[in-house]
Amino acid sequence: MIPYNAFHFKTLCTAKKSFKTMSLTLEQVQRIAHLARIEVSESEALATQGHLNGIFQLIEQMQAVDTSGVEPMAHAQDLSQRLRDDVVSETDRRAAYQAVAPEVEAGLYLVPKVIE
Amino acid sequence: MINASLKQLSQALAAKQISSVELTQLFLDRINRLNPALNAFVTVDAEKSLNSARAADARIAAGTAGLLTGIPIAQKDIFCAEGWRTTCGSKMLANFVSPYDATVIRKMEGEAGLVSLGKTNMDEFAMGSSNETSYFGPVRNPWDNGRVPGGSSGGSAAAVAARLAPAATGTDTGGSIRQPAALCNLTGLKPTYGVVSRYGMIAFASSLDQAGPMAASAEDCALLLNSMAGYDERDSTSLERPAEDYARDLDKPLAGLRIGLPKEFFGEGCDAEVMAAVRAAIAEYEKLGATTVEISLPNSHLSVPAYYVIAPAEASSNLSRFDGVRYGFRAEDYGNLDDMYMKSRAQGFGAEVKRRIMIGAYVLSHGYYDAYYLQAQRIRRLIANDFVEAFKVCDVIMGPTSPSTAFTLGEKAADPVQMYLSDIYTIAVNLAGLPGMSVPCGFAGGLPVGLQLIGNYFAEAQLLNVAHRYQQACDWHLRRPAGIE
Repeated sequence: MIPYNAFHFKTLCTAKKSFKTMSLTLEQVQRIAHLARIEVSESEALATQGHLNGIFQLIEQMQAVDTSGVEPMAHAQDLSQRLRDDVVSETDRRAAYQAVAPEVEAGLYLVPKVIE
Repeated sequence: MINASLKQLSQALAAKQISSVELTQLFLDRINRLNPALNAFVTVDAEKSLNSARAADARIAAGTAGLLTGIPIAQKDIFCAEGWRTTCGSKMLANFVSPYDATVIRKMEGEAGLVSLGKTNMDEFAMGSSNETSYFGPVRNPWDNGRVPGGSSGGSAAAVAARLAPAATGTDTGGSIRQPAALCNLTGLKPTYGVVSRYGMIAFASSLDQAGPMAASAEDCALLLNSMAGYDERDSTSLERPAEDYARDLDKPLAGLRIGLPKEFFGEGCDAEVMAAVRAAIAEYEKLGATTVEISLPNSHLSVPAYYVIAPAEASSNLSRFDGVRYGFRAEDYGNLDDMYMKSRAQGFGAEVKRRIMIGAYVLSHGYYDAYYLQAQRIRRLIANDFVEAFKVCDVIMGPTSPSTAFTLGEKAADPVQMYLSDIYTIAVNLAGLPGMSVPCGFAGGLPVGLQLIGNYFAEAQLLNVAHRYQQACDWHLRRPAGIE
C-alpha cells in the first residue's frame, strides 16, 4: 500500500485557509501528486492544475451550507461492524495469488532495496 | 431468439428447442460480427463460454437446472472472474488474470448457471459517464455510432442494446447503471446499498458502489437480481436479510400508487424534449391509477459537490493498493521503491483516475479534512434526510435519469465538470444508499430517454413492479436500434 502521510500537508496547506477563493498553485498540485505517489511532469501538472481548480470550484458550493449540528454520514447503513470467530476459513492459495505479481522469488514479492 | 426475454430463453432451453451451446454460439457470432464497430466487449473467450454452456446443457439434461441456467450474459469487466482477464478498463490491470471469482460471478455463473459471453468495456475504474476514459478506447452507442453509450457501464449497455447479449451486469457508484441504461434504451436497476455483495468487485468508492442488472425489461432485471443478491460474509457491508423473490410483485396493479415529483428535478437544466418524454410517462402512470404529488429534495443541488469529495476520497484510499508490487502494472524502468510506485502509477492510471486520486488525497489531508470531507458527509446526511421526508408522502419518486440524451464522442471529454454534471439526477440516490432504476420512456431526436424511479430502502420489488406495469402498457423498451432486427 502507498503510505499516505497527512502531516506532509501541514506545510502544504497552512497558507490556504480561505475556501471561497480556493485555488491550487502549481507547487501544491505537484506536492499532492507526490503524496499520491503519482509522477507528474511540469506540463501534466499544469493541465491538472486547471482541471482540479475547476472541480474545486464546483465543490466549493458546499461551503455556503450551514451544517452545524448535523452528524456526518459515512455510510448508507448505520450498522456496527460484524465480528466472526477467529478460526482459519481460507485455503492456501499463495501460489495462485503470487502468479499474478510482477516479480516474485521463493514465495516473496520483490521490490527495490529499501534498507541500505 | 436474439430479442427474446430471459423467461422466453429459459422456456426454450427447458423445452430443448435450443441448447445453451447453440444459444451461446449465436451471441458469440453476433459479438464477432458487430463488436469491432461498437467496442462493447474487451475480452471474449469463446472456448471458455462454450465450456460453461456445455456444463449448463448437462444440468438441463440432468434436471438440475435453475430458471436462468444456460442463458448467456455479459459481465462488466469490474468483476473478478477466475481465469478471465479482469481489467477494470485500466492499463493498470490490462494483463491481470483473476485468480478468484467475485461473489456476483460465483452466484450468477457457478450457482444459477448463467453463461458468461465475456467482459464488457467500461470507464477506467468506473470513473466516467461516457466510457471515454477506458484504456481500451470508447464504446459506441448502437443508436448512433457517433455518440457515447454513457458510463461507466457503457460496454454492458451497448452490448445489450445491440443484442450482443440478452442481458448484462453493471455497477453504479453515482449513476453508472442508470445513466447508460437511459442513453441506450435499457432497463437498469441499482439496488439498495448492501443488497448485492461487493466481494471481488474492484472497489471505486466503497460506501457507494453497488452492482445490479441491465437488461431489456423490468422482468429480466428481477430475474437477474434474484441470482445476484444475497448476504455474503465476505463483504463486511453485505446486509443479513432473508432472501427475496424480486419478481413476486411484478404484476401488482398500480392503483393508489403515490408518485413523488421533486420540483428540483423538473426545473431548469434538463433538455426540453427529455422532459416532455418524462412528463408523458408520468401521465401514463396516472392512467394506470397512480396519483402524483409535488415533493422537494432541497439539498439535491449539493449532491454533485458532495459526491466529488466523498467518492474521490474513498477512491484515493482504495486505489493505493495499485503499487506495482502484488498485481497489476509495474513500470519498466525505475530507481528506488518510491520511484517504482510513482512511475508505475503514473503510467498505469489514466488522467481521470489520477485527477480523482489527487482530489481524494487533498480533501482527506490535514487542515482540509473538516472543511471538505466532513462537510461533504454532513451534506450527505442532509440529502439522505430529504428522501426520508419525501417518502412520508409518496411511494416512489420519478424524474429524468439524465438531463440529456446521448452526447457526441468527445463533447464533454475535455471538461471534467461538464461530464460530472451529466449525473446530476442520479448521484443523490447513491449518497442516500437507496434503490433506483432507469426505464425507457420515449425518444428525443431519435435517441432514447430514461425515466428514473427511486424507491425507499429495500423497495426493489416495488420498483420492478412499477416499471413492469408501465412496460405492459408501453413498448418503448422493445424498440431496437436500426439494423437490430
